[in-house]
Amino acid sequence: MASLLTLWQLICAGFAIPEYLVPSPIRVVGAFREDWALLISNSVPTITEAFFGFLIGNAIAISVAIWFVYNKIFEEMYYPVAILIKTIPIVAIAPVLKIILGNGIEPKIAVAALICFFPTLVNAVRGFRAVNPNLMELMHVLSASRTEVFRFVRFYGALPYVFSAFKISVTMCVLGAIVGEWIGANKGIGYILLQSMYDFDTPRLFATILTASLIAIGGFTIVSALEKIVISWDPGESI
Amino acid sequence: MNATHAEAGAGNSAPAISLRNIKVTFGGGAKAVEAIDRIDFDVADGEFITLIGHSGCGKSTLLRVIADIIQPTRGSVRVFGQSPDVARRKRAFSMVFQQSVLMPWATVLENVRLPFKVGPKAIRASGTSMDALDALRLVDLDGFADAKPTALSGGMRQRVAIARALVTRPRILLMDEPFGALDELVRDALNVELLKIWRQSDMTVVFVTHSLQEAVFLSQRVVVLSRRPSQVEGILEIDLPTKRTLGLKDDSRIGTEAARLRALLDAG
Ligand SMILES: Nc1ncnc2c1ncn2[C@@H]1O[C@H](COP(=O)(O)OP(=O)(O)OP(=O)(O)O)[C@@H](O)[C@H]1O
Ligand SMILES: [Mg+2]
Repeated sequence: MASLLTLWQLICAGFAIPEYLVPSPIRVVGAFREDWALLISNSVPTITEAFFGFLIGNAIAISVAIWFVYNKIFEEMYYPVAILIKTIPIVAIAPVLKIILGNGIEPKIAVAALICFFPTLVNAVRGFRAVNPNLMELMHVLSASRTEVFRFVRFYGALPYVFSAFKISVTMCVLGAIVGEWIGANKGIGYILLQSMYDFDTPRLFATILTASLIAIGGFTIVSALEKIVISWDPGESI
Repeated sequence: MNATHAEAGAGNSAPAISLRNIKVTFGGGAKAVEAIDRIDFDVADGEFITLIGHSGCGKSTLLRVIADIIQPTRGSVRVFGQSPDVARRKRAFSMVFQQSVLMPWATVLENVRLPFKVGPKAIRASGTSMDALDALRLVDLDGFADAKPTALSGGMRQRVAIARALVTRPRILLMDEPFGALDELVRDALNVELLKIWRQSDMTVVFVTHSLQEAVFLSQRVVVLSRRPSQVEGILEIDLPTKRTLGLKDDSRIGTEAARLRALLDAG
């Protein structure tokens, strides 16, 4: 990491690369110091949008997954629809959502939610199905109902899968919020990115990019920590 | 020695399980597998009976038919005179599998309590079951109630599975190679423990194993199944005292009885 930064600094200085193309790391750090108040205050709306997008997108995905697991017919009917939505580029859906939802925080949350939806849906469906067949036989011998099987077996069995999906979608939803902001916003990391670009302020642009990835890393760290707390067993081991 | 078991040997009470002309075919058409055919025998109330046969001959299939996990293609199964699904809902039997089949996310005690958490409400509240900690005490694991299954050895996990099966005080215990994945020393110890538990109860045990010695050591009778589609090749009475200790494992009588079993197996 340190050597990469040194190399980057040396190349910028050695080849006299103009600052408006690629700023040296020292200049990026300088922009960070200069603009940190701006970056922090604009992180707040982005984090808010990403957070609610994450919650809503995953909640819907898990509900749909439960529904699919218990209704094979619905799964066959609606899985293609989910895939179809997935194949439309998110940057193409964002303007539509803006037209429908207006200029507020809602369309940004919607984009973030949408981007979270698919990975969680796929993983949750797989997780709810990936139950140990022996455990299902045991539950049958105990005459457990479908709800009991869900509460005592499927739910826990799916957790490792759902957490892998959360780890993907927590970084995706930051991206979603930024894309949402690009379509129309006067605050947020996405807005600062565009402004920095129009101003040819590359050091600030780079500092903003770095901020975005710090937010994503922060989210990933939180989800990973939660995963460690929640999943106290070894999901790979069959006992 | 328990009076119930003495009677069972004489076979004068109504059977715990009766199997009549059972056939199970998996799949259909050209790929159909006939697992078992024309299986016909009774299991006496309170008896310890073992099923033995070549690999893939249908021992697990037969046990699953009794446990109402699969329906026979033809024939009739009665568990205390009732159909297997009625018996299942009444918790007339418990099942122990080759794998311990524990919930890795739950503690040992929570695993043993699972039968109280699921299933028909009426039967859960019927008050015939034992305390989960007492069940753990039966298998010498009361010190591990709060441990997670992953922290236990294979033998200990299987004892947890046995405690979970015993906690409902089933009248029948169905065991499908419960000690098959354990090393010999652990297996011998668990054999003795199982026999002790059986002797102290009125329970009927239907046991499946690959090991001739284990079959002889544990059982009052051994049912030898032929190759697929398997039928009953013969039923052997094991001529050993009801009270059996670890020392008997190395007794020459075990070898003699095992040889009789082997002869029947080879004939099939
Ligand atoms: N669900 C199933 N679908 C198709 N075939 C099956 C199914 N279950 C078992 N079989 C087949 O039926 C036969 C008997 O299987 P079963 O598991 O009862 O044998 P087993 O005597 O328990 O064998 P093992 O000693 O290996 O445990 C085997 O040939 C097996 O492949
Ligand atoms: Mg088997």
